[in-house]
Amino acid sequence: MQNVGVRFGGIVALDDVSFDVPAGSIVGLIGPNGAGKTTLFNCLSRLYECGSGDILFDGSSLLQVPRHLVAGAGIGRTFQNLALFRTMTVLDNIMVGRHSRTGTGFLFNSLRLPVVVREEAATLEKSQTLLRLLELESVAQARVADLPFGTQKRVELARALASEPKLLLLDEPASGLNHEEVGVLGQLIRDVRDRLKLTVLLVEHHMSLVMNISDHVVALNFGRKIAEGTPAEVQRHPELIQAYLGGAA
Amino acid sequence: MKRLSLIGYGVLLLVACVLPFLVSEYRTFQFTLVLVYSIALLGLNILTGYNGQISLGHGAFYAIGAYVAAVLMDKAGFPYWATIPVAGAVCLLAGFLFGLPALRLEGLYLALATFALGVSLPQLLKYHHFEGWTGGVQGVVITKPDAPEFLAVLGLPLNQDQWLYFFTLAITVVMFLLAWNLLRGRLGRAMMAIRDNHVAAEAMGVNNAMVKSLTFGVSAMFTGVAGALGAIAIQFVAPDSFNIFVSLTFLIGIVIGGLASIPGAIYGALFIQFVPNIADEFSKAAPWAIFGLFLIGFTYLMPLGIAGAIRLGLARLTGKEHNSQPGKP
Repeated sequence: MQNVGVRFGGIVALDDVSFDVPAGSIVGLIGPNGAGKTTLFNCLSRLYECGSGDILFDGSSLLQVPRHLVAGAGIGRTFQNLALFRTMTVLDNIMVGRHSRTGTGFLFNSLRLPVVVREEAATLEKSQTLLRLLELESVAQARVADLPFGTQKRVELARALASEPKLLLLDEPASGLNHEEVGVLGQLIRDVRDRLKLTVLLVEHHMSLVMNISDHVVALNFGRKIAEGTPAEVQRHPELIQAYLGGAA
Repeated sequence: MKRLSLIGYGVLLLVACVLPFLVSEYRTFQFTLVLVYSIALLGLNILTGYNGQISLGHGAFYAIGAYVAAVLMDKAGFPYWATIPVAGAVCLLAGFLFGLPALRLEGLYLALATFALGVSLPQLLKYHHFEGWTGGVQGVVITKPDAPEFLAVLGLPLNQDQWLYFFTLAITVVMFLLAWNLLRGRLGRAMMAIRDNHVAAEAMGVNNAMVKSLTFGVSAMFTGVAGALGAIAIQFVAPDSFNIFVSLTFLIGIVIGGLASIPGAIYGALFIQFVPNIADEFSKAAPWAIFGLFLIGFTYLMPLGIAGAIRLGLARLTGKEHNSQPGKP
């Protein structure tokens, strides 16, 4: 993946924000509540239309891509408050994640033609690999709604990875996790990035997680980019300190 | 568990094959209707149970299937068996076309729109410009097919009711296999994903609009095939036999049988065929009151439908972990 340029302008939630996400890096997107982080995310996965500007992914604009083809283009995501298929099993959730990488239709599926059998076998195998990677094998047949929150988060990550994304969008992966779990999660994200050669864009409130794992940090406030750079640089940035701690500029 | 359910289906099929030799002709006819209803319920269950789209108007597709079969036999001289695929194709198209505008409607609003379809269709069938085809209020009478002669030559003479039963059984098996294949594959998972969380489904690459409208079409196709078989079994179609009550009965059938369950369609069909009769035997004066009691009793005792109760019972018997999830075919 080449540079992703994000430019918005004219809408209130996000005002003329631009930044690059270099391939293979972990980029953290931070900012106080209402800064526009999730809005930006939803623009990326085409849930929101952006009023102006453009989003380039792999050199071509995402804004013409219909919502259901974003996953196929190579962008996987998780959701802020979990958006799992709650009555389905863990394995089935992950298998749905491979929808964009499979293509047989109603007729072929009804007849269970050999091409469907092969496709299903491949889907199952890939999904089982992810079960192992995220240590979900023991709950593979459990209904998602019956699992603890932390496990559900791992299911969502596995589901996002199932589409073999080039860019993984993580919307507050640490929310609702305890201190220990956050540490494990940080390691996991790095690990997954290295193993699957991903690029990760991370929205997170949890400052220590972002600062620990990001190669690059972008800070937003009131829909504007206020700082950008390495974690160390951004941490020292006066506007960021002001945004989080208040006080005179 | 998988092997267990395969054995279960084998036994069920065996019972279904000997049944018409053990019971009277009238009972055979009733069991033919059970098979017919099970296909219709399976169709509705694909839509409502698996995809989460409520339909209060599936009686309309049942009626379309029935009329297609009756008119083709009566006016165009089609053999009865050739009407089944035509009825299915017509309803597939009708369902798909109805499903397109229905994409904008969710939950109760979709229920209202489908209700409108269900109440209006019987009256449209009476429309006098169609009378040449539909027979207007009088409906169409069709003849009952005889068993093919080669069966008698083979030493297997079947009467009309028995033949019709086996003909319907064969189609039922085919339809259930098609549904099972569809629901256990990527599109079945996509249907359930849309039902559980449509935003996430789309983010996973599911084309919600396409899957939902095609699911509507497939669902209508199943119900239309059932309608055609029902018309052949009853040998008569008339607008008033397809009133809104048919649609409601189907919905009752899938809920009692078990939402998002393939065998649930069979249990539901047994319920809607026989419980009204049983209620009638209890009280000639107020059969619907008795039916209502049955309904409340079933929903109270089996909140996940008969299929859910059986799944729970089997899980206890085999000592497996309690897994009451709907959604796994």
